[in-house]
Amino acid sequence: MNSKRRKTIALLSMLGVACLPLSACKRSAPVFNGIDITGASYGSDFHLTGHDGKTYTLHQFKGKYVLLFFGYTQCPDVCPTALTRALNIRHQLGADGKQLQVVFITVDPERDTQPLLAEYMRAFDPAFLGLYGSLQQTEDVAKEFRVFYKKVPGDNSYSMDHTAISYLYDINNKIRLAFKHEQSAEQCAADIRTLIQTQSS
Amino acid sequence: MKIFNQILLTSIFGVTAITAQAQVKVTDPWVRATVAQQKATGAFMQLSSPQDTRLIEVQTKAAASAEVHQMEMVDNVMKMREVNGVDLPANKTVELKPGGYHVMLMGLNAQAKVGDVIPLTLIFENKDKKRETINVNAIVKPLTQMSMPAH
Repeated sequence: MNSKRRKTIALLSMLGVACLPLSACKRSAPVFNGIDITGASYGSDFHLTGHDGKTYTLHQFKGKYVLLFFGYTQCPDVCPTALTRALNIRHQLGADGKQLQVVFITVDPERDTQPLLAEYMRAFDPAFLGLYGSLQQTEDVAKEFRVFYKKVPGDNSYSMDHTAISYLYDINNKIRLAFKHEQSAEQCAADIRTLIQTQSS
Repeated sequence: MKIFNQILLTSIFGVTAITAQAQVKVTDPWVRATVAQQKATGAFMQLSSPQDTRLIEVQTKAAASAEVHQMEMVDNVMKMREVNGVDLPANKTVELKPGGYHVMLMGLNAQAKVGDVIPLTLIFENKDKKRETINVNAIVKPLTQMSMPAH
């Protein structure tokens, strides 16, 4: 048997295996634009300070969908784009937008002080929540959420490399989806609508 | 002699016309608004040049420093790095826009409020090491600006 044929057979059998569970649960498995990470063992909770000075955990948002991502306010590009997308998702959801809590965790707590975070969140949507912790807490929460970040020194300042994934939690605080930076507000909103429908049915 | 003068004149005008054409065209320069206490932001624009050249430096009075940065997404990790310059191939529009290049303004002297004008000096250098300086006024757009809106 030549290798090409062997590959084809291997591929076919893989497909066969993959199709079996798919066809078995075709009815109930919703299709998402985002990456379905339901059941992931990470990102289960946070314990940080909000831009209003209060302490927050994920479980306080039981009953709401939570869109959570990491960033920093001195970011000129990705973070305002992600926050603007979050704003547009809320708009797209119409009345359901109120069910979506947007949470922004800073990876730059040295510069992102409570007043700065408060102003920054307000500039997008007063309902958004900015969270910060100590350097150690930031390290811990990033690890828990599998978020990479690194300070990159420049000549006069520094920037932060960081993971640009937004996580979506359902009303039971369960992690469900990961949205890439490239995904549009429309795609994200469609996924949230699908979740709302599957959870209410 | 008269003809010679005419030729001379024509060629002078010709040269002038070429020099004027050599100008890099800067379209829609804008700066992302900041909130009070926010010390850095990005400037964006479209550049095009009739001849190959390179953006090598940006200066501004509005901030302690200005650097040309490139944003890159590697395995869903956002990386931002200073670049030595941005190449402008002849007659090709190069965009400094979210998701690509931007001018990073660091150590802002004041909050950048929507509608404010931020002067930027762009310095270009071609392969003959000839420099061209262009002053532009960048308009401050809202924090939520995704890219320049259609006119």
